[in-house]
Amino acid sequence: MALTAKDLVTDQDIRWCPGCGDYSILKQVQSVVADLGRKREDIVFISGIGCSSRFPYYMDTYGMHSIHGRATAIASGLKAARPELDVWIITGDGDSLSIGGNHLIHLLRRNFDVNILLFNNEIYGLTKGQYSPTSHEGKVTKSSPFGVLDHAFNPSAVALGADSSFFARTLDRDPKHMKEILKRGNEHKGASLIEIYQNCNVFNDGAFFTFTDKETKAGNAIFVEHNQPLIFGNDKNLGIKLDGFKPVIVNLDDGHSLNDLWIHDEQDYMKATLLSRMFDAPSKDSMPRPFGVFYSTDRGTYESAMEAQIAEATEALGKGDLDSLLAGNNTWVID
Amino acid sequence: MYLISQTKYAYFGYFCTRFLASMEAKKNELKEITILFAGDSGDGMQLTGNQFADTNANFGNDLATFPNYPAEIRAPIGTVAGVSGFQMKFGSTEIYTPGDECDVLVAMNAAGLKSSLHKVKKNGIIVANISGFDRKNLKLAQVETNPLEDESLANYTVQQIDISKLTQETLKDSALGRKDIERSKNMFVLGYLYWMFNREMKESITFLNQKFSKKPEILEANIKVLKAGYHYGDTTETFTTRYDVKKAELPTGTYRSIMGNQATAMGLIAAAKKSGLQLFYGSYPITPASDILHELAKHKNFGVKTFQAEDEIAAVTACIGAAFGGAMATTGSSGPGIAIKGEALGLAVMLEIPLVVVNVQRGGPSTGLPTKTEQSDLMQALFGRNGEAQTVVVAPRSPKDAFEAAYEACRLAVCHMIPVMLLSDGYIANGAEPWAFPKSSELKPFKPKFPNPKDYEEEPYMPYKRDENLVREWAVPGMPGLEHRVGGIEKEDLTGNISYDPDNHQHMVKTRAAKIDRIANDIPLQEIDQGQSTGKVLVLGWGSPYGAIKSATKILLEEGYEVSHAQLRYLNPFPKNLGEILNNYDKVLIPEINDGQLDILIRNKYLIPSIRLCKIKGLPFTTNEIIEKVKEIY
Repeated sequence: MALTAKDLVTDQDIRWCPGCGDYSILKQVQSVVADLGRKREDIVFISGIGCSSRFPYYMDTYGMHSIHGRATAIASGLKAARPELDVWIITGDGDSLSIGGNHLIHLLRRNFDVNILLFNNEIYGLTKGQYSPTSHEGKVTKSSPFGVLDHAFNPSAVALGADSSFFARTLDRDPKHMKEILKRGNEHKGASLIEIYQNCNVFNDGAFFTFTDKETKAGNAIFVEHNQPLIFGNDKNLGIKLDGFKPVIVNLDDGHSLNDLWIHDEQDYMKATLLSRMFDAPSKDSMPRPFGVFYSTDRGTYESAMEAQIAEATEALGKGDLDSLLAGNNTWVID
Repeated sequence: MYLISQTKYAYFGYFCTRFLASMEAKKNELKEITILFAGDSGDGMQLTGNQFADTNANFGNDLATFPNYPAEIRAPIGTVAGVSGFQMKFGSTEIYTPGDECDVLVAMNAAGLKSSLHKVKKNGIIVANISGFDRKNLKLAQVETNPLEDESLANYTVQQIDISKLTQETLKDSALGRKDIERSKNMFVLGYLYWMFNREMKESITFLNQKFSKKPEILEANIKVLKAGYHYGDTTETFTTRYDVKKAELPTGTYRSIMGNQATAMGLIAAAKKSGLQLFYGSYPITPASDILHELAKHKNFGVKTFQAEDEIAAVTACIGAAFGGAMATTGSSGPGIAIKGEALGLAVMLEIPLVVVNVQRGGPSTGLPTKTEQSDLMQALFGRNGEAQTVVVAPRSPKDAFEAAYEACRLAVCHMIPVMLLSDGYIANGAEPWAFPKSSELKPFKPKFPNPKDYEEEPYMPYKRDENLVREWAVPGMPGLEHRVGGIEKEDLTGNISYDPDNHQHMVKTRAAKIDRIANDIPLQEIDQGQSTGKVLVLGWGSPYGAIKSATKILLEEGYEVSHAQLRYLNPFPKNLGEILNNYDKVLIPEINDGQLDILIRNKYLIPSIRLCKIKGLPFTTNEIIEKVKEIY
C-alpha cells in the first residue's frame, strides 16, 4: 500500500514556535518521502541538536535525535552498515557548520548516499539567539551586541570545496521549489546537501525576506535550471553573462540576447563554484543569490565501494574461516 | 622450582659463574631466562625480539614479552631517549611475566647499555656490539668512558662482538648499499642467540622468506647474516657456553603466539560471527590501539567493516549509527580518544544500544606517555561522562586473555543492550605469549534480542519495554511496524518519547543503573586464582598486573605465606560474591598501575580498609615489587 504524507505524521506534538519555517519543511518532506515508493521501515531520519533536529520525532519512520553536530557521522556509520536504507540527515547551520563541520565535510568527500537537509536560519535558535557560523559580519545578536566579528561561512562553497557530489539551495517560503529540490536530492546517488533558507521568526525574523518577499524576490533571487540561461528580474529581463570567469549582469532589453547568457550546467564544477561565489549581501549592485541545483555529479558512493572491497577480498582470500583465523599461520603442538 | 625469587636468582648466578668460569661445560640447563634487547629505535630490536620469542614458543617454551619503545618513530640516534627495548622471559616452566631482572642483555650501543644495565642480574651476560661503543656513540649516550674498556662491567660476563663489522664482512660481496647492510645487523644478533640457546633458525628463515619475498637481495642478505651470527657462535673459541632451556610442561594442545591487540581483534571477529552479526569497527588511529584497526582491516573476507573516521567522535558516533542499524559495533582508542568520545558514549548509554569500546590504556593525563602502559582510565571508564551514565567494564589480564575478554564484552553489550568498555593497556596490547587457541565450535554463541515484527501486529511496539533483566529489544530499520524514534533527551519509560517529567527521569536513571546491577546475574562468580579461600592477605588485581601478581603469589605460597590472589575481570558490575571474598582475609592489597582507582571503588562499595600498591612509571609491576609489599603488610 502506497504511503501518504499523513502516514508519516507521528502522535507527538510539534514543539516549534508558531510561524517557524520548519513547519513548511516538515510538510514538504512528508509529502516527498511519501511519494518515494520506499517502505516506511527502510527510511531513517537522523538529526543532531538544534531546533530543526527535533524533526525525526515528527516523522513516523525509524529515527534518531542524536547529539550536537554528529548526525552526519552517525548516518555515515548507519549507511556503511546498512547501504540499502534510505537515510536522511536533518541539521542546522550551527549543528552542521560549527560543531559538526568536520563530519559534514568528511561525509561529503566520502560521498555516502544520504540526503542532508541543512536548515539555515543564520542564528542559534534553541539557545535563544546567539550568532551562528552563517550569521553575517556586523550582525547584532545576543552574543554580539556590537556586531559579529566572524566572517560568515558560505555553505555552498564549503560543500563544493569538500567535493560534494550534489549541492542545492532552496527556501522554506517556496514550497513548490523546495519539493522539487528535495526530490532531486533524493534521486541523486551520493551525498546530497540541500541548504534550506529557513526563517527563524523569533530570533532572526526576515533574514531571507529579500529572497522571498514579492517586491524584492525577483531582483535578488535567481532560480537556476539545468541547460537554461540565467535569467531573473521582475520582467525576466535581466540575465547573467560570463565574462571569462566573471559573472556580469546584463539587461536583455539593452541588446543582449539569450544566447549571450550563461547556460546553467549542473555537471560543470567550475560553473558551480562561480554560482557559489554569488554570495554578496543583497544591494542595488549585487549579484542575485542563486537557488536550485548548483551541482550534481555521479561518482561512486562510499558504501558501494566498501561492499565491493569486501566482495573482492572474499573472492581473493576465500570466505573467512574462524578456525583458520584463530590458528594463524604458525602453530605448534604440545602433547 | 621457579627461578624467580632472590634466593633462586643467586642460585642461577652461581650456576652461571661456575660454568662460565670453567669454560668446559658445553651446555647449561636452565629453567628460565630473561633477555632484554636494547638498541636504537632503528636497530630492529622489536623484530629481533619477536623472532626470538616466536622461535622459542615454537620450540615449546612458555614465555611473555614486553616491548618498550619511544613514542618517536626515529628518536635521536644513539641517545638514551631513542632506545628501543624488547624484554622477554622464556622457560621450561609456566611464565607469567617478561621477567624482573635480566639474565642476558643485548646492547647494540652505549645508550642501550646505559638505559638497561640496572636491569641486569649480577653475573648476567651482556652481549655488546663493539661498534656501538665508538666515540660518537659514547658521546651521544653521554657516557664519559667506554664501559667495555673500564672496570664498570666487572660484575657481568661481557661478550664483546663487533656485530656491525662482522655484518659488513659477511655482506662484502652484496650489491646492497651500506645502509641496508647496516640494517641487517640485527639478524647477526638473532643468529648468535639461536646458537647460544641452541635453537634452530628455520622459523626465522621462513619468516624472512615471507617478509622479503619481493626483495630477493635483502632476503638473501638477511639469511646470510642470520647464519653468520649462528656460525660465529659455533666457530669462535671465545664463548663456549650454550644454554639449554627445555620445553615447558604446558597443557597439551595446539598453540600459537598471540599479541594483545591481535587477540582483541580476533575476539571481536569471533563474537560477531558467533552472534550472526556484522562486525563494524570505527576508529581513529592512536597509540597503542591502532594495531586493532590494522588487524581487523586485514579480515574483510569475514565481512568486517572497518571505518577509519575523521576523528574520535566520528569513530564512535559512526558505531552508534551502525549499532542502530543492527551491527556489532565496536570502536577502539586510548585514554585521550576515549575522553573525546565521552559525549557519544553518554548517547549510547541513553539509547541503550550495544557498543563495545576498547580502551588500550596508556600513561596519562593528556597526551601523557603514549607508548607506555598505565591503568589510569578505570574511573574514566565507569564515570567519564556527563550525567549518571555508567557503562559495563571488562578487563583482560594478559595478551591471550584479551580474546576472551573481547568476546565477553561483545556478549554483554549485545545481550544487555548496553555500551561495554574493554580496558586493555599498552602492556597487554604489545605483549605476546603462547596461546592454546580455542576451536570456533568451543565458543558459546549468543543471541541478539531482535524482536519479531509479527509479535507487534496487535499491540504497538514499545522501544523501552524491558525483560526481567531490564533489557529492551533491538528493533532495527527494515523491521516493519517497529518504526520508532530514539534520542539523547530523556525518554519516557516504554515509549521512548521525549519526557521532562521529574518522576520519569528519576525512574529512568535508576532503571539504567539497576540494569547494570542485574548484569551481575549474568557473569561468573569471582574465583580465587591461587591460595586459600581465607587467609591473611588477598592480592586483588585487575588487568595486566595479573602476571606479576600470579608469579609473586606462587613464590610467597612456596615460602609459606598465607596469601591468595583474585583477579577481577568485571569492574562494573563487580561479581556478586566479591564482598564476601574480601571479608575472608585480614588484609586486601590492590596493586595497580595508577594512583589507586580500583582501591577507591572497593573502599566505596565494600567499606574495607584495602591497601593500595601504586606504580605510576609507565612500566608494569615486577614480581618482586608485589612480593615486597605483601611481606611489608603481612
